[in-house]
Amino acid sequence: MATLYEGYTLCGLVKSPNSLDSGIHGIELESDNDHVVVTDSTRSVTLYKLSDQKPLGTWTVKQGQSLSCPAVYNAGTKEYVTVSDGKVIRVWQAGDLLLDKAFKATLSSTVWRVHCVPGGAELYVLFSRGAVRLLDALLAAPQQPIEEVLGQEEAIRWSAGIAAETQHFVVFTTEQKGSHFLYVQRLKPNSVQKFCLEPEDVGLAPLSYSACYRDGHISLLYLYPNGHVYKSVVSVRSPPLEEVGEAVPLPRTQLLCLPVGETLLEAASALFLDDDHIAVVGAPHPAAGTGTNFLCIWNTNFQTLQAGKEMAGKLYGQLWSYASKLFIPHGKSLTVIPYECPKSSLASALGKLKHAGAKVSRVPACVPSWSAVFNGETAMQSEPMETSQSNAQHSQSSSDGPVNQVLDLIKTATVEVIRKEVEAVLSQADIQGLQPWLGQLAGSLVSRSMADPTFYTPSTLATLVGTRCLCHSVCPELLMLALEKRDYSLVQLCLQSFPDVPENITCCCLKTFLSVPDGDVETASLEPGSLSFMETLTAQERGTKLNGFSAAGGEHHHHHPERTSGLLVHTCPVGVHKAVLLNEVLQTPYSDTFLLPHLKDLSPQQVMLFLQYLQFLYFNYSEDSFEQEDKSRAPTLTQILDWVCLLLDAHFTVLVMTPEARGLLVNLHSFVKYQVRFVSELGKLEGSLQELQHMREEKHIGQYSIQVITLF
Amino acid sequence: MGEFKVHRVRFFDYMPSAIRAMAFNVHTERLAVARVDGTVEVFNIADNCFQEKVIPGQDGRTIEALCWAGGRLFSTGLNGEMVEYDLENLRAKYTVEVYGGPAWTISSNSQGTHLAVGCEDGTVKIFELLEDTVQFQKNLDRLKNRVLSLSWHPSGTQIAAGTLDMIRVFNVNSGHATERMMVDRAAGASKKEEVLVWGVVFLSDNTIISGDSAGKVQVWDSKMGTLIRTHLVTKWDVMALSVSQDESSLLAGTSEGSVVQFQFLSANLDQPDREWVRTRTLRSHSHDVRALVHTETAAISGGIDTQLVVRPFREKVVQSSKESAPRKITFPHRSLVSCAKKAGILLFQFPERLELWRLGESQGNGRPGEELSVKRKPEALIHLKRKGDDHICCSALSLCGGWLAYASVSSVRLYRLQYDDDGITIAKVKLPKVLRWANQLCFSADSSRLFASFSQSSVLVFALGQSEAKYVHTLKPKSVSRQAVHLMSASDDGKWLATANSDCEVHVYNLSKLKYHCTVPVYSSCPSAMAIHPTGSNLVMVHADQQIFEYSLVQKEYTEWSRTLQRIGLHSSWLNRATPVTHVSFSTRNPDHIILHDMDMFCIVDKSLPLPEKDSDLYNQKQLCSMTEKARIKDSHAFKICESFKNLLCVGLLEDHSLVVVERPLLDITTRLPAPVRQKKFAT
Repeated sequence: MATLYEGYTLCGLVKSPNSLDSGIHGIELESDNDHVVVTDSTRSVTLYKLSDQKPLGTWTVKQGQSLSCPAVYNAGTKEYVTVSDGKVIRVWQAGDLLLDKAFKATLSSTVWRVHCVPGGAELYVLFSRGAVRLLDALLAAPQQPIEEVLGQEEAIRWSAGIAAETQHFVVFTTEQKGSHFLYVQRLKPNSVQKFCLEPEDVGLAPLSYSACYRDGHISLLYLYPNGHVYKSVVSVRSPPLEEVGEAVPLPRTQLLCLPVGETLLEAASALFLDDDHIAVVGAPHPAAGTGTNFLCIWNTNFQTLQAGKEMAGKLYGQLWSYASKLFIPHGKSLTVIPYECPKSSLASALGKLKHAGAKVSRVPACVPSWSAVFNGETAMQSEPMETSQSNAQHSQSSSDGPVNQVLDLIKTATVEVIRKEVEAVLSQADIQGLQPWLGQLAGSLVSRSMADPTFYTPSTLATLVGTRCLCHSVCPELLMLALEKRDYSLVQLCLQSFPDVPENITCCCLKTFLSVPDGDVETASLEPGSLSFMETLTAQERGTKLNGFSAAGGEHHHHHPERTSGLLVHTCPVGVHKAVLLNEVLQTPYSDTFLLPHLKDLSPQQVMLFLQYLQFLYFNYSEDSFEQEDKSRAPTLTQILDWVCLLLDAHFTVLVMTPEARGLLVNLHSFVKYQVRFVSELGKLEGSLQELQHMREEKHIGQYSIQVITLF
Repeated sequence: MGEFKVHRVRFFDYMPSAIRAMAFNVHTERLAVARVDGTVEVFNIADNCFQEKVIPGQDGRTIEALCWAGGRLFSTGLNGEMVEYDLENLRAKYTVEVYGGPAWTISSNSQGTHLAVGCEDGTVKIFELLEDTVQFQKNLDRLKNRVLSLSWHPSGTQIAAGTLDMIRVFNVNSGHATERMMVDRAAGASKKEEVLVWGVVFLSDNTIISGDSAGKVQVWDSKMGTLIRTHLVTKWDVMALSVSQDESSLLAGTSEGSVVQFQFLSANLDQPDREWVRTRTLRSHSHDVRALVHTETAAISGGIDTQLVVRPFREKVVQSSKESAPRKITFPHRSLVSCAKKAGILLFQFPERLELWRLGESQGNGRPGEELSVKRKPEALIHLKRKGDDHICCSALSLCGGWLAYASVSSVRLYRLQYDDDGITIAKVKLPKVLRWANQLCFSADSSRLFASFSQSSVLVFALGQSEAKYVHTLKPKSVSRQAVHLMSASDDGKWLATANSDCEVHVYNLSKLKYHCTVPVYSSCPSAMAIHPTGSNLVMVHADQQIFEYSLVQKEYTEWSRTLQRIGLHSSWLNRATPVTHVSFSTRNPDHIILHDMDMFCIVDKSLPLPEKDSDLYNQKQLCSMTEKARIKDSHAFKICESFKNLLCVGLLEDHSLVVVERPLLDITTRLPAPVRQKKFAT
């Protein structure tokens, strides 16, 4: 889940009261992530240090002049650039105390914005009439003629500079007579593409735009007052057009439909945070009525609200995001809110992680990006790249070195050496920071094991899985490898700690467990808690046998017409070790829809055995003498019943036609019927008991009442 | 028995007055209790603490102290007067101006010949008791401050007087002070405040024990004037002291509601030296204990929380007998509610006013245990303020609701009430001058006559007319008793009138002949309620000791049922009840049914059913409820007791066979009391 942390106020807003404008013209990143340049809408540019929350310097233009463009910082030349009064470019350095004494050049045409491209050392000037020039080229000849790109009555609404691999772009949107266009200006070589945005409802103009470059595409995000958030994608590789021709219609996909209620949004803004998350400001929180003073983070893959925060005071529909921090002017101040958007996964979105309980909160970033898995990138390569910036930074600084050494070692060293090295790495660094590397370690271990049949490191893998920082998606081959190597203790460990084992793998495990001879399993050193649970369960069964009769058996006697199957009920059909493994399967999270087709692969013998085992568990659970000591290692009654249902669903036709299954089915049926009746009786009892409680209630007696009493 | 519709009335805003002083007459075993509103009540401790007599208060008369002198009862108050009470006619006999400012305390010597009164001006005045009055004899040496407490030495020659900061001992004969004992002030912030000696006790061994506002109980040697021992009992005041007759035990009542007992014991078994040792603490009150009495067997205490509490000492009574149970007397043992059963109207009697209420009506019928919706709410018809300073001592409402009468010690007033659609009109009806006051008032069932009990148990009969009431006759008993009538009941058939007085005599008059009919054989316990059966001419009496008698007026003998009841004996659970029956009424539908109630339950006695067995459960309604019809018949007995209603002031049966239950929850009384000094805290 994305998180919004506690924010802090960077500065107050300089603005006239009741103004609709926040008074902030723009915020740009300075040399590093800790400095920002804030341009206010009047005359001054201020440099702030974020970690200290204090201004480092302010530059102001003369009275009467005004800044028409947010100041940008050119990292290449370490200069600040802004435009005053539309045409005067001003360039200065941090050391300059007075802006008026700094360099200025008057241009021949009005400037819309100066853009710096992230990571680039060059600045581009976007003129109000749509032309784009390199700043350096412009300063060489300030009075050069500027062409008009835009048509009549066409005006720029928004613009941004974008860096894509090797190319730089300036993108901007325009409005002309109610139509909205997107221009993608490619620089060096210069070319421009014009797109026409699909019209939304009549009269609705996008409230905000946001653009970013991803996977060879420029994504444009725009928000309409009716709460619809669209994304359009422009390929950067598409052949550049020679000149601005007819606008190409730009296809769009709706990412979100924000709940806005009856009214239209007035001042709102949507911003890309990463692939899956957008920040929206000025739209209502779905759980908090119609107030729009909220900053929310939405997951666009699953259309889920990830985090929300109510902001005090009026929002101006302005929002910037740099270095995992959101900058939001509201009320009378500019607040900085750090955020975190861990990679979302289907597992977390569908609530599969729920089963893992505490694990989720402990290691929020352990599940890999769903998109990353689907894009076919190998987990071990993508994982370190994809983790959020802070984590990556952290691990790079702390344990980059040793882990890389271990990775190299894995390719060649012996089992014992690897084990020692891995343990050393794990012991010295904190697990949280190591997370991305653990997947890599496990991945390379698995791939070497697969490549080299003689190489297998069960203890090292067990240690890695035991950190609980791994999941199936990180190294999909691990579980299959363990099955192949018949390393049942590792399989158990994986089943216990992986929150996202796919259904087909679960089914694979089940199949293996059912078909493996008991003798093979008994040697496996399984987790003692789960073993002791099964041992108590089977010991109970033996105990009742010794006594010669079982209370439950006698009770059920007339319900079971077939004595032979009745005997089965209290005998565990599988060995203790096997039962433990089956229990792990029972406790694995799954979805019925996905599991059902795979269940059909089981052979009738396997189904019979499994069903018998489930029946054994079910009957034992239903006995009143049964007490679960350690609930964490035991499947719940619901899980057992769900599996019985699934198994019957998958194999009903086969089971009906198998004569051996008949007794089992009849037995189950009568027992379930008996239980249903019992529960319904309990329900009635509950009703009467509640009535009893009701009667106990002390009635309030007023000053006067008329009652009816009986004397006998 | 069947279903009853019950009007559960809780709007009778009865508020008892706080207890201010008490005096116990050892010889007659009568306890006199004075309340803050000036009422004096006399309880017969020997007869189940029955409230025999109530002398109504008077506005402006406050009582600070009570004392018995022989059989005579005196009080003094802050109005500076000493009052002797006429215990036969239940009124003040005469008042004597003390001439010393407010009189804080009064005490009589053990010989019963002299009274000492402590006054605000610092004097102790000695009065001599004469045949019918008292006579001022002399002043003792005047003290600087008010005299708050007095105690005679049993010899009658010395008096100890508690005042501010000190205790003085006087020689009665010379009138001079012989000793001066200074009492320490409280430590800390209240050091500047004078300490008030609220109580002194002068013992025959010349020991003086004092209780004061600093929370100390101190033992002094009066011969030397020295302090022997100090017991710090409480952080607040010790307001009352009482010593047992044999001077071996002493009680001290405190402001925090506890009563502390001290006993005169030897510290070691074989040594003769004895000292006063604090032995136990009784907690029966939530507020200040203002008055205390140490009887032979019990500690009787009363205070601001209005309850009179009798706590028997375990070592002095037989365990688990009736005497061993602690008793709380909250409500008066007489009826403050009159019910006009034909009209569904209730009359509530307060000391200073009368309230007339019409009961509400319900909608439809309901199953047992249900509460019916109220179609018409109860309605306050009249709020009648009394005239004059004297408190109302009795009141009556005719069965039809058309007549209302009340009496104080100085006047009797009669009103005619007429109901019409939009309200009620009230008209005063003139009574002949012969009726100056009355102890009890009662209307005949047909509302044609008013009976008023007068001095020496006589009853005046008046015929009621539209504009005035005419004197008809005076009924006089053939007995020597001069006691006042405290119960009076006329039969529904108009034939009989019965009166009962505190000498336990029950006289019956024949109304058709207007003459004395008979006297029921005198029983040792005082009747607490009685009524004449509407058809059978049987008089049912319930006594303070819970015995029930039925007397046939025609045959002049106890009825067969009554004899059976006496022969078999009442159930022990019935006899052990703590409060007396205060009402007897009859069912109009079933002549065998008698309705009785006390404070905690009401009971319908079905004479046709067998009496409860000795070992069976008397309170068996709950068991019967869960039984089948057949088993119920086998197990049911004559006493149908309903305990669903608590703190009852009245249970009556209306003409339409519905019950009226007037409750006064104790919680409602408690919430109107002032905040206690000591708040109950968790784990204290």
